[in-house]
Amino acid sequence: MEHNEAIANAIQVGWLWLIPAFPLLGAALNALLGARLQKRYGKRAVHAIAVGAMVLSCAVAEIAFWKMVFAHHPQERFFEDHLWTMWQSGSLKVDLSFGLDPLGMLMTMIVTHVATLIHVYSIGYMADEPAYWRFFFWLNLFVFSMLLLVMGSNFVVMFFGWEGVGLCSYGLIAFWYEDLEKAKAGMKAFVVNRFGDFGFIIGLFVLFWSLAGAWAPQTNRWVPVRGLAGAVRGTSPDLPRVSPSGVPLGQTVEFRELRNQIADESTGVAEHLKEMTFWGVPVLALICILLFVGAAGKSAQIPLYVWLPDAMAGPTPVSALIHAATMVTAGVYMVARLNFLFALSPIAMTVVATVGCLTAIFAASIGFFQYDIKKVLAYSTVSQLGFMFIGVGVGAYWAGIFHLMTHAFFKACLFLGSGSVILACHHEQDMRKMGGLREYTPITRWTYLAACVTIAGFPVASAFYSKDEILWKAFTARGLVAPWIGPAIYLVGTIAALGTSFYMFRSYYMTFTGKYRGGEGHEAKETEEDPHSVAAHAHAAAADRSFDVVAAAAQVAEAALPHEHGGGMHGAAPVVHDEAHHGGVPHESPKSMTYVLIALAAASVLAGFVFGWPAAWGGHGPLLEQWLAPSLPAQEIVPFAHAERSTELLFQFMGGILVAGAGWFAAWTLYAENRSPVPGRLRAAFPRAWALVFNKYYVDELYQATVVRGSLLLSRAMYWVDQNLIDGLVNFMGWLGRTVAYLDAAFDKYVVDGAVNGLGSLTWNSGRALRRVQTGHIQSYLYGALGGAIAFVIIQYVIR
Amino acid sequence: MTSIGLPHFLIVGAALFALGMVTVVTRRNAVGILMGVELILNAANVNFVAFNHYVEGPGKITGQVFSIFVIVLAAAEAAVGLAIVLAIYQTFRTIDVRETDLLRE
Repeated sequence: MEHNEAIANAIQVGWLWLIPAFPLLGAALNALLGARLQKRYGKRAVHAIAVGAMVLSCAVAEIAFWKMVFAHHPQERFFEDHLWTMWQSGSLKVDLSFGLDPLGMLMTMIVTHVATLIHVYSIGYMADEPAYWRFFFWLNLFVFSMLLLVMGSNFVVMFFGWEGVGLCSYGLIAFWYEDLEKAKAGMKAFVVNRFGDFGFIIGLFVLFWSLAGAWAPQTNRWVPVRGLAGAVRGTSPDLPRVSPSGVPLGQTVEFRELRNQIADESTGVAEHLKEMTFWGVPVLALICILLFVGAAGKSAQIPLYVWLPDAMAGPTPVSALIHAATMVTAGVYMVARLNFLFALSPIAMTVVATVGCLTAIFAASIGFFQYDIKKVLAYSTVSQLGFMFIGVGVGAYWAGIFHLMTHAFFKACLFLGSGSVILACHHEQDMRKMGGLREYTPITRWTYLAACVTIAGFPVASAFYSKDEILWKAFTARGLVAPWIGPAIYLVGTIAALGTSFYMFRSYYMTFTGKYRGGEGHEAKETEEDPHSVAAHAHAAAADRSFDVVAAAAQVAEAALPHEHGGGMHGAAPVVHDEAHHGGVPHESPKSMTYVLIALAAASVLAGFVFGWPAAWGGHGPLLEQWLAPSLPAQEIVPFAHAERSTELLFQFMGGILVAGAGWFAAWTLYAENRSPVPGRLRAAFPRAWALVFNKYYVDELYQATVVRGSLLLSRAMYWVDQNLIDGLVNFMGWLGRTVAYLDAAFDKYVVDGAVNGLGSLTWNSGRALRRVQTGHIQSYLYGALGGAIAFVIIQYVIR
Repeated sequence: MTSIGLPHFLIVGAALFALGMVTVVTRRNAVGILMGVELILNAANVNFVAFNHYVEGPGKITGQVFSIFVIVLAAAEAAVGLAIVLAIYQTFRTIDVRETDLLRE
């Protein structure tokens, strides 16, 4: 067996299952006992279970991480933990097994650590929540599902996680299910995700189908055979299906086996996939695009992004964990995980990069004029996910994952900062009613500013390294269908980056500078000529009411739990929630929240040059690229144009300083201290354009009119069909059955019963007739006997 | 003049049998029927003795022994038969076999 560098062999590690097991255990405990524990021992018991499970999971992940770091050879960084075979059918064998390669390890570290931080943050944020245990149950269950997603060593385990995070996302968005809007948002997220999941699973089926084949007897080379059963042609079936380099052949759902089959050229699988067409459609592009539909659903790309802004109805820690740091990056992770597949299809790469690019600019432009601080962050998340897809689309897989990582830090920091702001302003999310918070919430303000500087892409902070690497790679990309697409993506992406810088600093200035407007009632400078202000106020009022209900319920709960007051979970600054209305003085959040903010802000600033020091600046290139190299074999295949180092430095300067600076400058002039009249005047000058953007290009309305209404029309048509055709058919069948039964009954009654009764009466009557023979006279019997004897004698004579 | 041979005996036996049979079949008196039975048995005895003499040979006694058995049997049968007739008479107050038809139908 010759050694092949491209082949990845796994080391069996028997304890990897502990990483997802702890959150599952925590979720189970809180689901079964949480309500009772909370009643008897207070909320501390509930969050002790949840946070404890996360800390243990984190610890095991750390052990795995350091074990991987100290592996001698990059090829030894593949851990697998095979638990058991879930089912086997024909050539399909599905194991419950976990696998960690450098990519999965990175994701596992991000998920466990960010999730732990957010669990800690939630202790403070959700302190007033009566259904505290339910929140932590969902949160733990989410982490479990997410770990299944990133650690699953095959498509099926990944799909379980994929569905699990969708479910938990639903449960957490609709956490305050008594509010119809929030329940609707949860439902919307779930349904839109189903569209994507459908694409994902169809893509998976097509992939499995396309891998069917046979192996030539002598060369053991792959011969395509249509159908689901991969047979070995011309040889005994027990021939070991192993390529010359020792790669097991055949249909598989295991990522590592698929990767090896494609990486090992002697198997011929890669060529086959490239050449295979189905009714003239290249199958590989079809597979990748279907899988990307799944990714677009989960990662909120055009056209399936609409659920993410509405998902902000959930509690803010949820927005930070699920809808910024982890779950929404699952799509990016999946494309990177399947880099060897996507890299074979320029069409698929182009689709991924183009959709990502369009999403980046589209969502950024919507973010310009939103007033809800969480909506701004939501559109920012959609936009940043677009950047990640540009990265993994053009073939710069490590850059996409790098941006995923930095985004997890800075967007979690921004969301948690916004949560702190919302808490400070007594559950107010409208930025027009904030302002001047830097005096009241200094820690939140500085961490938020740090994250803003990061996301804008200033050279000190991490997003500079990741975003500019993505855009630079897009500019030099040559693996797409046409060479001009890369630079075009670069141009659009740069404009989107400019927009990012603008709307993030706008949110910062509106929130933290100027004077606090929360106490002044509902008049704000920009609302006067706002055509939608009435609706906005109505919405805000509705939100207030719901929070009043929650707060009142919380007070009742707290009254029942007197020992909860002054507990360590509130930190040194207990949250004052007696006044759940405007007019109270903003306050800084408890320490459990601010410490988390500081940790995330530090990570978001520092992660950049630690992990992503650019090769153009000297040294040995980005640490993360080297770390991820074993997981991303396609990184070597995808072609990039060669460029001078000076060119790269120039582009970095433009992206990092000019673009970010321009965005910041625009935001500063327009929104700093809230004194510039220009925004209001601009809006008055272009009311229609402003309304178009403010209403998110009416995409929701468009979907409402087409998809939702179409579905309803379809369901109504189906109802009609059901009522008339199906019911008619069913009733006809019933009538037919009844008629046949009637005929059958008649047959039974007259023919069968007649035969039976006839036989009976025949016996009866013949018996009646024959009993006359029995006279009782012994002599008549003797006559008979005598006559018989004589007859016998006569017959004897006659026959003789 | 021809000597008396086996056929003569057989003819006598057959005649006796026929008479006995007719008696059994036609008599209404149960005692008469029993008498007819005796005739039939004696017809058999005649045949036994005749066959013994003409077929077995003069020194043999097999037929005679059979005849003795039949005579004993006939006596026993007559005793039993008369007892039955008495029982019938006690039940029906008649020994006319036409009246004793309880097994009819």
